[in-house]
Amino acid sequence: MYIGELSWPGQLGHLAAILSLVASALACFAYAQTVRSNELTLRASWQRIARVGFYLQTISVFTIFFLLLYLIHNHRFEYHYVWKHSSKSLEFKYLLASIWEGQEGSFLLWLLAQGVLGLLLIRTAKGWEAPVMSIVSFAQFCLSTMIIGLSILGWKLGSSPFLLLRDSGVLDGAPALHIDFDASQPLIPNYLEKIQDGNDLNPLLQNYWMVIHPPVLFLGFASTLIPFAFAMGGVITRRYTDWVKPVQPWALFSTAVLGVGIMMGGMWAYESLTFGGYWAWDPVENASLVPWLIGVAGLHTLLIYRHSGQALLSTIVFFVLGFGFILYSTFLTRSGILGETSVHAFTGEGMNLQLLALIAVFMIPSAWFLIRRHREIPQIQTEENISAREFWMYIGSLLFFLSAILIIGQTSLPVFNKIFGTTIAPPEDVEFSYNSVQIYIAIMLALLTGFTYYLKYKQTGMDLFWKRISIPLLITLLLGIGFAWYIGIRYDQKGLGFQTALWIAAICSIFSLIANASYIWIGIKGNLAKSGGAIAHVGFALTLLAIVVTSSNKQVISENNTGFLTPLGKGENPRQNLTLIKDIPSEMGRYKVTYEQDSVHPKKKLWYYKVRFKSNDGKEEFVLYPNAFVNYKGQQGLMANPDAKHYWDHDVFTYVTSLPDPDKKEDTTRFTSKTVMPGDTTFYSKGFITFGQPNLIDSLPVELFGEGGQVVELPVSIHRRTGETATVTLKAAWAKKQWLPLPDTMQAEGMIMQLEEQKKDGSLVVGIKESDTLLKYVTLKAFHYPYIQFLWFGIWLTAAGLLISMRRRMQQWLQANRT
Amino acid sequence: MKRTQLILLIGIAVCIGVLLSFLKTTSTYDTVETARKKPGQFVHVMAKLDKSSPIQYDALNNPNYLRFAAIDSLGQRMIVEYNNAKPENLEMSDRLVLKGRYSDSVFLCKEIQTKCPSKYKEEEAKGLKHPGSVPLPTTQP
Repeated sequence: MYIGELSWPGQLGHLAAILSLVASALACFAYAQTVRSNELTLRASWQRIARVGFYLQTISVFTIFFLLLYLIHNHRFEYHYVWKHSSKSLEFKYLLASIWEGQEGSFLLWLLAQGVLGLLLIRTAKGWEAPVMSIVSFAQFCLSTMIIGLSILGWKLGSSPFLLLRDSGVLDGAPALHIDFDASQPLIPNYLEKIQDGNDLNPLLQNYWMVIHPPVLFLGFASTLIPFAFAMGGVITRRYTDWVKPVQPWALFSTAVLGVGIMMGGMWAYESLTFGGYWAWDPVENASLVPWLIGVAGLHTLLIYRHSGQALLSTIVFFVLGFGFILYSTFLTRSGILGETSVHAFTGEGMNLQLLALIAVFMIPSAWFLIRRHREIPQIQTEENISAREFWMYIGSLLFFLSAILIIGQTSLPVFNKIFGTTIAPPEDVEFSYNSVQIYIAIMLALLTGFTYYLKYKQTGMDLFWKRISIPLLITLLLGIGFAWYIGIRYDQKGLGFQTALWIAAICSIFSLIANASYIWIGIKGNLAKSGGAIAHVGFALTLLAIVVTSSNKQVISENNTGFLTPLGKGENPRQNLTLIKDIPSEMGRYKVTYEQDSVHPKKKLWYYKVRFKSNDGKEEFVLYPNAFVNYKGQQGLMANPDAKHYWDHDVFTYVTSLPDPDKKEDTTRFTSKTVMPGDTTFYSKGFITFGQPNLIDSLPVELFGEGGQVVELPVSIHRRTGETATVTLKAAWAKKQWLPLPDTMQAEGMIMQLEEQKKDGSLVVGIKESDTLLKYVTLKAFHYPYIQFLWFGIWLTAAGLLISMRRRMQQWLQANRT
Repeated sequence: MKRTQLILLIGIAVCIGVLLSFLKTTSTYDTVETARKKPGQFVHVMAKLDKSSPIQYDALNNPNYLRFAAIDSLGQRMIVEYNNAKPENLEMSDRLVLKGRYSDSVFLCKEIQTKCPSKYKEEEAKGLKHPGSVPLPTTQP
């Protein structure tokens, strides 16, 4: 009944969503039966059914994904999701980003990741397949309800990506699309012809990191389910101890992938947002960091258990909470509860209750089982030896957990407000409220990761310990002196105490870096397969060091020091923005910076500004292209993307903060007249002007100028505050009894001058007009970021170390099961 | 009692201590009137841009000076000064979170958070006047 609609993908999609729900329920039930039944043949057949269910479920989810991709790729705007998140001007890679821009698409990504991990578990979990997969299937069932989009007795269950635009309510307010211009009437049959393009992907997300960061992050989210499933599977089946071997590679995998996913978010923020950094302690960032920290704690207590038989209960609790906080962060970021405290403008999709229920269905049974059965979990009641490695590892794990609890506690302020009806606002300096606490945890962690490897499990001989650690200590001492000499910590805005803490953190990180790197030779004799842990620690120490140094020594280089005519503001922000007028070099830090050109993207209103940096000593020269969406798709304002010049030891980073409005063509400023004598000086906004002696020409052709025609020429020198001088000659004619001034445009100054009158007493009236519509300029903020490359490298190294360990542990597990 | 349990207890105590001291550093949400009553104190004021008075910002003369008027939900108006570049989407924001201090009859803002209408929501409500769509036909089809 409607022309041009393509309905089969939507119908197939709905069917696949229902199939996904049913198949995951079947898999969950059949796996549970596998666990319960004692008879071998019955077990085998239940397991076969369960596997088929899980395969079907995974196929359904893939089907949904490819259907959605197909619809977005073909711009089928009759689907609400396609209309809302994409447009015809998007490149293919950003079509992918469109899939996961919305709530439904990101749940889909999560389902996909969990499905793939489930398939891997079926292949590798061996005797643990049934209990673990029943929990995984249950999680798939719960997530499937998020994209089902059903209304049951007035309750909205999930939100479907295949909702039609005409069913979404968007068109209800457009009478022109309805019969007889009456919104209460049905739509006109050819309504689709009137919808020519979609809403588009948010320009800030049109960045390559947005193509790769969400899949990795959701793989990380999904992977936290596996340690949870092993731990709870162990508790429910009362097989309390033997899950610790198969879970180990998964816990390592999860920490690596989630860590890299978070880092990619930081890289995206650094490269495409303009708060001038990679981390702002924004609730959305914190929500993904907290499960990672708890996961790291669990990873270490797991090792403690394997070597000493202690900390099994702690391990279970950490794995349960790691996944629990993934669910909690899902609630925080998708329910809209963060409201004012986050820069991310999240709006709830009316699924808050369902999101809360998601936490409850996992955490309430887990808590119930743990409370009922925690006495059955094997525990050793002996005092730990303080020279034992596991003692300090346990303290390290507790510190990670403490850090996580403090971060989530501070982040949950809006939740606290909601529950208790209070209106507490975040503190003045939000970042410092986190930094001032976390720096002490960082110091302790750096120290612990530094020396713990030099201790042995159970007990350590102190002589050997000091003998082995003396070399790294000595190297640290030397490097520490070098660090203090060449780099140092410059950040003193928060007082001497905090600056001292930063110094200690930097030195401790250097110690940890050296101690772990040395341990690869001292302790493991360079065996790469076994040095995963040490490599991960080196990466972690490098990351800590880079965080402390980059954040402390970051410098704003765009400070506006040349503006002698501009009034100083009263506020606290120093003058961090600098306006560059086209073709006029300005001082910026140790550079002379010139805005040379601008160009526009062929398909969208994305402007690139060519800015040349030339160091004052002439040795260094480069060009940056900070860019911005200007008045994008009719929205007033600009959305800026930074650009950076990368060196191995620092970045020069800049972005646009203000531009002349390109749509504003009309010149509204008027000439202001000044009466001057020859030789006088007057100021203008960018310097001063000196007027010379006027020159009179009166032998002019009569046919053009009439009787007594004259031309007056007035030389004018314009002195810019940057030191340069320009000269122009203003001309005006007295022709046919009329005064005809010839306006002179000085593009670089943004100024028009004209000679308006020559008086009898020799004084001159000069009209001056300064206008920004004439002028091409760009206002920038620029930073010098030292050692930022080391931060990314440190995280990659941590992930690499974790994956090396994962490979080893997985091989051990598979070999043990083969024999 | 085991050493680790003792350390766990100390950890919990530190946790509570830190979170309590965090609560002491927090600020408040205020209206224009209540912010005016506590000059010099850091507050959050939720307001709207007063579109009837001009936004004073001239990047050529001083890119670090912005002055505009804001009205809160109770209709109270105040002048805001901000020593930084004009936020990218000041004009199109439907709500502003102004963080700063009241002093000498102006609100000295340290940070401005612009809250935009959840992308294109307003346009959706008006019915399809979203960016990219064609102008709606004015004659009866």
